[in-house]
Amino acid sequence: MPFGNTHNQLKLNYSSDQEFPDLSKHNNHMAKILTPEMYASLRDKETPSGFTVDDVIQTGVDNPGHPFIMTVGCVAGDEETYEVFKELLDPVIEDRHGGYKPSDKHKTDINPENLQGGDDLDPNYVLSSRVRTGRSVRGFCLPPHCSRGERRAIEDLSIQSLDILDGDLKGTYYALKNMTDDEQQQLIDDHFLFDKPVSPLLLASGMARDWPDGRGIWHNDNKTFLVWVNEEDHLRVISMQKGGNMKEVFNRFCTGLTKIESLFKDRGHEFMWNEHLGYVLTCPSNLGTGLRAGVHVKIPNVSKHEQFGEVLKRLRLQKRGTGGVDTAAVGGVFDISNADRLGFSEVELVQMVVDGVRLLVDMEKRLEAGQAIDDLMPEQK
Amino acid sequence: MASNFSRMLWSKRSVGLLSLAGAGSLTAAVLLHRDRVSAGAPVRRSYPASAEYPDLRKHNNCMASHLTPAVYAKLCDKATPNGYTLDQAIQTGVDNPGHPFIKTVGMVAGDEETYEVFADLLDPIIKERHNGYDCRTMTHPTDLDSSKLHSGLFDERYVLSSRVRTGRSIRGLSLPPACTRAERREVERVVVDALAGLSADLAGKYYSLTQMTDKEQQQLIDDHFLFDKPVSPLLTCAGMARDWPDARGIWHNNEKTFLVWINEEDHTRVISMEKGGNMKRVFERFCRGLKEVERMIQEKGWEFMWSERLGYILTCPSNLGTGLRAGVHVNLPRLSKDPRFSKILDNLRLQKRGTGGVDTAAVGSTFDISNLDRLGLSEVQLVQTVVDGVNYLIECEKKLERGQDIKVPPSTKAN
Repeated sequence: MPFGNTHNQLKLNYSSDQEFPDLSKHNNHMAKILTPEMYASLRDKETPSGFTVDDVIQTGVDNPGHPFIMTVGCVAGDEETYEVFKELLDPVIEDRHGGYKPSDKHKTDINPENLQGGDDLDPNYVLSSRVRTGRSVRGFCLPPHCSRGERRAIEDLSIQSLDILDGDLKGTYYALKNMTDDEQQQLIDDHFLFDKPVSPLLLASGMARDWPDGRGIWHNDNKTFLVWVNEEDHLRVISMQKGGNMKEVFNRFCTGLTKIESLFKDRGHEFMWNEHLGYVLTCPSNLGTGLRAGVHVKIPNVSKHEQFGEVLKRLRLQKRGTGGVDTAAVGGVFDISNADRLGFSEVELVQMVVDGVRLLVDMEKRLEAGQAIDDLMPEQK
Repeated sequence: MASNFSRMLWSKRSVGLLSLAGAGSLTAAVLLHRDRVSAGAPVRRSYPASAEYPDLRKHNNCMASHLTPAVYAKLCDKATPNGYTLDQAIQTGVDNPGHPFIKTVGMVAGDEETYEVFADLLDPIIKERHNGYDCRTMTHPTDLDSSKLHSGLFDERYVLSSRVRTGRSIRGLSLPPACTRAERREVERVVVDALAGLSADLAGKYYSLTQMTDKEQQQLIDDHFLFDKPVSPLLTCAGMARDWPDARGIWHNNEKTFLVWINEEDHTRVISMEKGGNMKRVFERFCRGLKEVERMIQEKGWEFMWSERLGYILTCPSNLGTGLRAGVHVNLPRLSKDPRFSKILDNLRLQKRGTGGVDTAAVGSTFDISNLDRLGLSEVQLVQTVVDGVNYLIECEKKLERGQDIKVPPSTKAN
């Protein structure tokens, strides 16, 4: 809707070749996969809400590539995007999610009982534990495409549902545009406040329109369960706490998510989900579980080991700095999380993190003591 | 005019254009009278206007001042024949609440018809921004006869450089906030083609942003010619930076005194400049160059967007009319420190900027001084205002040098 690409009829006055973007300097998934033929076949299509292939790829056209990360280069404007433009998105998904085929089925498992261990990570090394995911409300357009009316409706629905949560999950909603200075400072100090996106990857897709209208942060009184409304996705749900008790974090995560889902259903709304793609989110990289389970862990020795990269790869883990994506590690403290999102269930992914981090901490202790870690090298998961 | 359009219809566009539902952009241009522009297909909407109305309580821009819920409700379901909507036009103003001291416009045009279809919002904005110009009743004078300019030679002990810029849009193609990649490339092709026909002191070369060599890039930077991808959120929120740097480029003559930017903030920005104080020559080259380019595009069946009521049509409503900013870099060490400086500028209908252009600070006591107005006065009149005004400022400076007092000139409120 909002950006200048949606009047499809005007584009069709020109040939497909005349409209095809110049991707010669680009390095992202979209640019690798979009051919002139594919563009020609997709460019006169649109989803029922009017999202077009040019809307899908705008962010990838405007952002040729990231020096360290292979970005996706496309976004969805609604649930139907993944159907209408499957010719482009299926190969992008396959490329991004380790060979996940259009015929593959995704397993959803948010039963925390199925997680083994995870309450035993050494807090001397594991400073904090966190699990996040996203959820989209079926029937509404996604952040790149939604109108102000839709975004506000999502916010209203979310507030209604979150207000009902009680017990450990009882909390308060802070709308970004009504926040007092005090509230804002507190949220910053708690590391909860999200700000208007500055990344051109997000801005180019139209996600920051009308900021801060319809955006807000909800968190429980204990500050261990947090929901972001209308940032990069309709909802981002985060469970976190200091220390290494990932089991507790995951418990709360699953309980909270399940409750929220049933509260939305009570109001006649469900989350976008299907058998093939799992939970549907704005960025194809977050399909499936949309789950990133991670820890901040102190591994100054392991991280300097020449096999560090290989170890992470075999454990299906990735490292980030403690500021999150695109930041550097400080003082040997790394953010270690699952690399996968789709094709594994939530329980499976958190299990990989729990087992993998336990191993990294064991390796760290060995190296501290001046011992070798060769016998601890894992198999490829 | 009509014959030009029919030539355009048949020779320039693929047959597909003729089957465009409703009035196509070209035929709409023929019928460009407010009552007769047909809007495009109504906008698909699932929420009532009241649920979609933006929250403008913290906003301070022209759009926010004039977009009442009633105006929004009236216009939100309309679209131009190209499909450009009100929400698209106001997005930049919604996203950028405004500067406490500067009142920005807060909306842009996606095509020529924007100014017609959304006239209920744009007419009052234009009136506010352009000093009371009522485009429903007034007509804008266009005058590019540089021979009418008197005494355009400044004292070069004070004036370091002189410059005149404007913009031009190619009729029939959408503007930077809304254009498709193919349209943008078409703008590039049409303009570069025309510029290639310039000769003598205007002969020059085009440097496409996508194909520039490192050496060319460095040279353009050193010459202060290179424009970069917009970073101002005022521009990026309007969608002007999409597909960067595709179909963007810089053309300049060999003498480096006539420069054209393609597909930056407007289809074209045309600049005539030189060191020193010969504004007469700068303006003469400006007018000649513009007329040459216009002649050349007309030979191929194109023309500039222009109307009697709005003058030259550009992306930002603030640049309607002449789109002209004539300015100098002038050194005024004493006058700039005088408390009456701002009032003097005001009364002379001039504005000051730093030497980096808009939103920059002055370095030392050298200022960029240019005309405030754009619409309602002709090019000749505006450049004359700058010539007379700058001469007055220099006289003040000289008086202060001699220890004499200066006078604040009477106000010359335009319109």
